[in-house]
Order: sequence, then C-alpha cells, then structure tokens
Amino acid sequence: MTFEQLVDTYQHRIFGFALNLCGNPADAEEIAQEAFLRAHKALTGWDEERRQELQASAWLHRIALNVFRNRLRAHRDTVPLESVPEPSRNGHAETSELRALVTALPRRYREAVVLHHVQGFPYNEIANLLGRPEGTVKSDVHRGLALLRKEIES
Amino acid sequence: MNLTAELRNLGDVRAPESLRLSLLGDAYAEIDSEMGRLLVAFNAGGISAVNRAGRSDDFELWFGRRMGRPLKRVDAVPEHLVRKLRFDLRGLTPFERDVLLKTAQIPRGQVRSYGWVAREIGRPAAVRAVGTALANNPIPYFIPCHRVVRSDGVIGNYGMGGPEAKKQILRLEGADPDAIEAWARRGVRYHGSDTTHIFCFPTCSHARRVQERHRVGFGSEREAFAAGYRPCKVCRPALAA
Repeated sequence: MTFEQLVDTYQHRIFGFALNLCGNPADAEEIAQEAFLRAHKALTGWDEERRQELQASAWLHRIALNVFRNRLRAHRDTVPLESVPEPSRNGHAETSELRALVTALPRRYREAVVLHHVQGFPYNEIANLLGRPEGTVKSDVHRGLALLRKEIES
Repeated sequence: MNLTAELRNLGDVRAPESLRLSLLGDAYAEIDSEMGRLLVAFNAGGISAVNRAGRSDDFELWFGRRMGRPLKRVDAVPEHLVRKLRFDLRGLTPFERDVLLKTAQIPRGQVRSYGWVAREIGRPAAVRAVGTALANNPIPYFIPCHRVVRSDGVIGNYGMGGPEAKKQILRLEGADPDAIEAWARRGVRYHGSDTTHIFCFPTCSHARRVQERHRVGFGSEREAFAAGYRPCKVCRPALAA
C-alpha cells in the first residue's frame, strides 16, 4: 500500500478517532497529520512484503494514540485539556454533547470506549493495540460505558 | 436510540480537506535566508521547490506548471525540514537526481566544475547534461548549484538572479569568486603543495591550508600527475592514476 492510498483510505477514520479522543477539530487534525507523517517516515524504510503484511488500520490507530498521549503529556503542566464542545458540522447538538461527555471520561476508559464502540475494534484487537490483557480491556470498556450512562442520566 | 448506536455515530465524521492536502499536496511559505526572502515549497517527503520571493501567485503558477500539483500557502516551513534538509525529488529523472544529490555534497565555501559532477556520478561525458540538470534545479540555494562553476573558472550563470547573484552567494559562503576567475585566467585549475605532493581544487579546505610559498599551480590533472602529484582524496580533482 502506498502512502497516498493509506491517506485516502484512513484519513477520515483516523481524524474521527483523534476527534473523539481530544474533542476539538483543530487538535484532531494536528494529531492525524502527525500520525500520518510518522507512518510515512516508517513506510519509506519498508520493503513491499512488509507493507503488505501491515495491519494498516490497527497500526495507524496505535500511532495516533501515541501522538495523542504525547500531546497530553506535553500540555499537562500548562493547559488543562478540558473538552470544549464545538458546534458540530452536521448540526446535531446531541452528537457534540455526547462527544463532550466521552472526551471528559478518564483517559483509560475513554481510549477503550472509543476504540470499541466508536471505531468498532473487537476486544482482542484492542488488547493487542493497547498491550493490555483482553479481560482488562473488556472491563475498561464496560466501566467507561457505565460512567457515560451515569453522566447522561444525571 | 441506544447509547452504543449513538457512540457508533460519533465515528461518522469527515476529515477537513486541509489534512489530505498537507500530507499529499505541497504547501509553501516564505523564509529568510542569506539570499534574502525565499519561497520554499514542501510536502511530507521534504523540500520540493524554491524560488526568490516575489508575487506569490507567480510561484504557484510556476509550481503548478512544473510539478503538475497544487500548492497552498501556509504560515511557516516546518523547522525540521530546513534543519535536516530532506528533498522531494520525485518527478526528476534518475540522472537529474544523481546530479542534484552529488551537488548537495559540495561543502560550503567551495566550488567544483560541471565536469567533476559528471565524473563523480559515473557519466564523465555528460558534462553539458549536468549543466542542463543544474540549470533546472528546482531547489536552488538548498541544493547548492551555485557551487558548480565552469572548468575554465568562469563562474557562469545562475537561475536565481544571474551571474552577480551567484558570485554574491559564493562570497557570503566564504569562497572568493574573483580569485577563482583570476586563477583560471592564468590557466590554473588546481593547486598542489610541494611538501605533500597532493593537488586539490583551489577552494578545497586542504588547498587553502597550503602556504603561499609551497603552493604550485597546475593547468590540468595530466600536468599534476606528470609532476608526481596525486589527487586529494577529499575534493577528488581526478581519479588516482
């Protein structure tokens, strides 16, 4: 897969992933851009065989997650990363409210919930991607979801 | 609608167009350099084109015609691109690429001849083609085509501002274009040292260390070889006999 195909295939998915982790479109674009640039750098050293073996989607999600976490670390001391609900493009207020609630979840649960329920990864792939046991991932997703329900009902 | 279905909808977003453009298209910005203001185009692969700052729509037009890709103005050139100097040379022939990458190795403050570039890339007869490739250098200044001069010492023309601009930048870099031309007028193409019996291009850092009283001029490598001198291994004025 060429870099161009990678971008065309996954740009929306990776942008969406970043958006639901960080909550605002400008940061999400930067995270996605950085993730693809890192992927580009890695791909240039690879031969065709390795490119074909590539589980592109999971790999890109993993890179984007790292970029997101690094940014959190870099900003921790300066700007508290609270989620600011932006008026969403499609005008569904509920969507942006729900996104604000998701991005307000503790990071560990947020990552698990977004990977499973938004991005649609099965538990075993998330376990692989996060480097955590599958059971842990499952319980993180359930706890995250429970927290979300509580917030919605309150 | 239940919660998991709503969560699934959160993933239904489109990335802004600027994301794809920033990754696959080229962007450009103005930078300050010794040459004055320059317009620098770049993409994920590196710097793709450079020209003097002027009216920016001229640059966009020129870039579009030459590269066949769109170009978008942005605020700044990413710092790592300028620091590490990565180039995007797609769209050039392998020969042109060889010429430019070899030229990029010429140290600051020094000059080489078109014939030297041709020989170094393994195409010793292609001297004129080297000249053409350098005249079409899409990334002047960063790929220092100004450091390639005619073997008769004439500094030659320069795409980004003519012969005077070429001399000017060479001066800024610490080379002395007037001395280079003066040596050439006297028929001197190489400098040797009578203590080491090594000969160099006059601007090679090793040649410049040689004291005046030990300096010997040669008009050709044959002359130098005949005098029992060997070529410098750093500036490689000729292949070892």
